[in-house]
Amino acid sequence: MEKRVVFKSPWLPYALVAPQLVITLVFFFWPASQALYWSLLIQDAFAARTQFVWFDNFRDLFNDPRYLASFQITAVFSILVTVIGLSVALLLAVFADRVVRGARVYKTLLIWPYAVAAAVAAVLWVFLLNPTLGVITHLLRALGYDWNYLLNARQALILIVIAAVWKQISYNFLFFLAGLQSVPKSLIEAAAIDGAGPARRFWTIVFPMLSPTTFFLLVVNIVYAFFDTFAIVDAATGGGPVQATAILVFKVYQDGVQALDLGGSAAQSVVLMAIVIGLTVVQFRFVERKVQY
Amino acid sequence: MVEHRPLGSIVSHLVLIAGVAIVALPLYVGFVASTLSFDQVTAVPMQMTPGTHLLENYEAVLLHGSTAGSKAPVGRMMWNSLVMALAIAIGKIAISMLSAFAIVYFRFPLRRTFFWMIFVTLMLPVEVRILPTYQVVAELGMVDTYAGLTLPLIASATATFLFRQFFLTVPEELAEAARIDGAGPMRFFVDILLPLSRTSIAALFVIMFIYGWNQYLWPLLVTTREDMYTVVIGIKRMVAGGDTLIEWQYVMATAMLALLPPAVVVLVMQRWFVKGLVDTEK
Repeated sequence: MEKRVVFKSPWLPYALVAPQLVITLVFFFWPASQALYWSLLIQDAFAARTQFVWFDNFRDLFNDPRYLASFQITAVFSILVTVIGLSVALLLAVFADRVVRGARVYKTLLIWPYAVAAAVAAVLWVFLLNPTLGVITHLLRALGYDWNYLLNARQALILIVIAAVWKQISYNFLFFLAGLQSVPKSLIEAAAIDGAGPARRFWTIVFPMLSPTTFFLLVVNIVYAFFDTFAIVDAATGGGPVQATAILVFKVYQDGVQALDLGGSAAQSVVLMAIVIGLTVVQFRFVERKVQY
Repeated sequence: MVEHRPLGSIVSHLVLIAGVAIVALPLYVGFVASTLSFDQVTAVPMQMTPGTHLLENYEAVLLHGSTAGSKAPVGRMMWNSLVMALAIAIGKIAISMLSAFAIVYFRFPLRRTFFWMIFVTLMLPVEVRILPTYQVVAELGMVDTYAGLTLPLIASATATFLFRQFFLTVPEELAEAARIDGAGPMRFFVDILLPLSRTSIAALFVIMFIYGWNQYLWPLLVTTREDMYTVVIGIKRMVAGGDTLIEWQYVMATAMLALLPPAVVVLVMQRWFVKGLVDTEK
């Protein structure tokens, strides 16, 4: 789609794109190319000596059991965040779509966590689940369940999953609700006349009609779990205990900023870049084709 | 709903109320904690009704910060967060409206190249290229400045795409009429395009304000002085430290202050917020 009527000026369009272009070049292309270049170097902490090592950093990375462990943690974490986040949001959206009275109030009360910073969400949940004073910890203890996420790797993972899901629920809810509201009422009515109950109608009509929304949210949530959860991990567990919650983005930061392994960190950045680009391509291809029955 | 099922309706309300309660639980407990004294907050189990230290705690953090960990006053941090959020929101909207205008309404060499250069930025979040970006900012001498805090986050393609999509739907006749009347491109932009884009601008503003206010990793790296901390970073600095030393009543008061502005923006501008979410992600 192109405009027929266009303005003419030899210099104005360049002046108009200039601000965005300059910022993109300086803060995007320059650093991204640096990351690519660094990933092929070994550099000591004070940048005194550098050596060009081709793909050694990548080879080391995929031979490093800690990096592979981080991959595995990230996979488990993002699957949990995506599946739980989508299921809970879909459940709430289905019921919010059913109620006649008060739907707007529920919507308002469910969307505000979107506004809460990930780090703040993490701190709120850390307080509830704090090993010594947490309110929920106290309840769990009363039920005979010992909770200490500072020592227990599985519990640390549960903590960051809870915080990450809590923060993302509003987003998923809003998109599911919009998707549900766009399902034609005539289809539902026809099915009801044919004697299908609410559950049957949901699984045979509504859920298939929602598949474009579900697929879109699936990709968005995976991207969210991979990249936007750094703040949650850093503020809640700091990657611990013993690297049990060190997801990939956190490890880039840990190895680069804290351990000053520039080559290794840059190589990890490049791997992550490849993952984002892959996910984006998948998203565009499928959104184009519209997953639907 | 198609058929009338009173039982179904009750179940719906119960599920939704449970959902709302779970979602609100951290907020409520955090708020209660922010109204207690240190002894009350560290008592196990903590009381579940608000205490009497609300004003005292909020005044303490706003003016003096916590006494353990970071000692920077939260008032200053709130100001830094506000500057950052506004600069990112307004900056993004301004530069992307201009570039989208150029790309839609002009034909010029390199137009496609520029378009693709902007498009690629969609793919890489800051988290992925964090270290080299820090290096660039450090080389430019922008560590601990508002420019260093905001400029790297302004470079993004989402807003440009949104405006491009919107400009493409603006009827051709408007530009034609403007040209016949002798209006230049900038006149057309200011008098016609800008007023037509009001809703899109409002929607984007809400999303970008929240995005800017809630930034974490970037300010963590680029601010080293306490007087440049944003409030989100301030909370993290308060919690860092030994478990027994954390003054949770101050941490929670700061958390409430940190989530208030973006939450108010979302609730007050709910209509634009929903539109913004849908527009920026498709």
